[in-house]
Amino acid sequence: MEKVVVGMSGGVDSSVAAYLLKEQGYDVIGVTMQIWQDEDICSMEENGGCCGLSAVEDARRVASALNIPYYVMNFKQEFKENVIDYFVAEYLQARTPNPCIACNRYVKWESLLKRSMDIGASYIATGHYASIEKLNNGRYAIKKSVTRAKDQTYALYNLTQFQLEHTLMPVGAYAKDEIRAMANQLQLPVANKPDSQEICFVSDNNYAGFISDYLNKEDDSLAGSVKTKNAKNIMNTTSLIKNQYNGLTPGNFINTAGEVIGQHRGLIHYTIGQRKGLNLAMGQPVFVLELRPETNEVVIGNSNEVFTDRLYANRLNFMAIEDIVDEITVEAKIRYSHKGARCRVKRTAEDEVLCIFEEPQRAITPGQAVVFYQDDYVVGGGTIMSKR
Amino acid sequence: MEKKIYLDNAATTRTRPEVVDAMLPYFTEKFGNPSSVYEFASQNKKAVDEARGTIAKALGADITEVYFTGGGTEADNWAIKATAEAYKAKGNHIITTKIEHHAVLHTCEYLEKNGYEVTYLDVDEYGIVKLDQLEKAIKPTTILITIMFANNEIGTIQPIKEIGEIAKRNKILFHTDAVQAFAQVDINVNDMGIDMLSASAHKLNGPKGIGFLYIKKGVKIRSLIHGGAQERQRRAGTENVPGVVGFGKAVEIAMATMEDRAKKEIELRDYLIKRVLAEVPYTRLNGDRVKRLPNNANFSFQFIEGESLLIMLDMNHICASSGSACTSGSLDPSHVLLAIGLPHEIAHGSLRLTLSEDNTVEEIDYTVEKIKEIVDKLRKMSPLYEDFTRKR
Repeated sequence: MEKVVVGMSGGVDSSVAAYLLKEQGYDVIGVTMQIWQDEDICSMEENGGCCGLSAVEDARRVASALNIPYYVMNFKQEFKENVIDYFVAEYLQARTPNPCIACNRYVKWESLLKRSMDIGASYIATGHYASIEKLNNGRYAIKKSVTRAKDQTYALYNLTQFQLEHTLMPVGAYAKDEIRAMANQLQLPVANKPDSQEICFVSDNNYAGFISDYLNKEDDSLAGSVKTKNAKNIMNTTSLIKNQYNGLTPGNFINTAGEVIGQHRGLIHYTIGQRKGLNLAMGQPVFVLELRPETNEVVIGNSNEVFTDRLYANRLNFMAIEDIVDEITVEAKIRYSHKGARCRVKRTAEDEVLCIFEEPQRAITPGQAVVFYQDDYVVGGGTIMSKR
Repeated sequence: MEKKIYLDNAATTRTRPEVVDAMLPYFTEKFGNPSSVYEFASQNKKAVDEARGTIAKALGADITEVYFTGGGTEADNWAIKATAEAYKAKGNHIITTKIEHHAVLHTCEYLEKNGYEVTYLDVDEYGIVKLDQLEKAIKPTTILITIMFANNEIGTIQPIKEIGEIAKRNKILFHTDAVQAFAQVDINVNDMGIDMLSASAHKLNGPKGIGFLYIKKGVKIRSLIHGGAQERQRRAGTENVPGVVGFGKAVEIAMATMEDRAKKEIELRDYLIKRVLAEVPYTRLNGDRVKRLPNNANFSFQFIEGESLLIMLDMNHICASSGSACTSGSLDPSHVLLAIGLPHEIAHGSLRLTLSEDNTVEEIDYTVEKIKEIVDKLRKMSPLYEDFTRKR
């Protein structure tokens, strides 16, 4: 019997995933990944999140009901290094990161898969509404779910071929209602969790507060004996920026003509396309167009200026195709909630592509992922670069 | 072998059948509340005091110095918080170590947040407190030294008598968390200069949910739990009579069998240590070779993840642990192993096996074979090991 480790959150989808795999004859092991950092878990508990302590309790109950072995695996270090450190470093470089993508690639897949294989599993499985197919060209690619009520493929574009080859997504073949019905019929003690779009380790969506707390803590821990390689990298990044401004240093709002039009509270408080909280009386709605860390300036413009028709992306990963040889036309999503837009993608350097949209897109944001689709398959994607 | 092999006796132990038998009547016919006036209940008061007497005798203490609690953690909390409160006119400084159980560490951290100053002493590479550092840490404001008797992870036994002498000489109260040591090794509170001592029944084949704090006469700490006048007005709440009776019975048996048991456990433990160190390369024993609890072995296997090792041992029906289990059941790198100077990656690959007199040589042989097999398999999949072998 092939062993499969199911990442369990205690929610409906991963619980039914475990059930389906057991029915299919796999030797199923339930695992919840512990990633939260703080001694004080109260704020995490309020947030819910997929990996909090309540997730552990919920998942344990489900595993017991399904009569499968269940373990909690500790990935705090991996999560801190690959997700939180990255998240902070990106913000400090005036980009807007998507930590879920990093978490999927490096923690949920790389680390969990490694440890699952360590204990003899051939696959890991999740409760994603998507499917993984082997294409005629021999490559594995993720395909959007049949239901498409909620696209879960955007945050998975960065998975490697090896990871895909060793992943099962059993609920992808069903609609959400069917999965819910199955859970009810089986009387699984599943938690009905709201689908959160907030970042699991930041409470109240207060990024700026999280980052400044985090940096203070890192200062302390660096003074002590705990050092991680990424913490050092971040400190290098921060000290670089700190030398001039630290992301929390107030600076100037400027318009596209370069004129100073007000004072901002520090770059980490802003993201591209933002309108609220600028406190600028300009007689028309104004938006953040660009963040300039080197001069600590926030560029402001009107609703037309926030639209652009092109972006450069790097840190590329390809899925349905091996590479872009010349140019391809795809449907591209520039953020999780984006509905997708047609664009041409051209290779411009070793690890860089240029995407030109048919229609200008609103608030193309450096640090976010651009994900390419053809016929509902994930072709690949990359990270949107800051202005070249 | 489908039978379970239980090697996690530092986490908890099997309640002895004799203990269960002693407890049962106190759930059924003898259910009275010891505080009631009628004759029917007074037998319960008597039973509680008999158990108290057994425990006092085991410590070389007076019967009036033993106070029952809801467990070892409560006893630690009580000793530390109540001392901090009662002696705050004298000072606000507490000395402890970096290798304490979280019941002590987190209590000290809590007090730090409330205006107290805490010194966390380093330990040497075997986990033993350095006495000269203890002396140096003492200030005029020091009101408490709290140092565990024996460590729950690596089994190291501290020089308690010497610590007691230092405390006495400096007129500072000395509390020891003896949860792992009580009824496993010889303890005499007077000879050792101990002012307060915490222990728990379930570590010595007694029931869970019952512990005690020994408070020397003259130590002026008050109640942590307020309510009725039980436990000489120092710990409110109706006595857990079955628990207390079970605790008494467990102590009675543990004290009577201590010598033979220790001998048997040490023999088995040394056999285990010898085989593992000889047959699994790149392995170290954590803790002191001699000054350690009779039943404790703690290893670090380089290049592997302890969590994977534990899960695979579980798949082979072997119950073991690494570090101390947290709420979720997942594992953090042990603060104890870090304190004895192990680097993070090695601390991660550690395994604690704690034996009981019920374990057999066959069980140890089977366990060693499984450890060899699993460690070898994990190393073959470990990028760290691959790097290491390539460099050689």
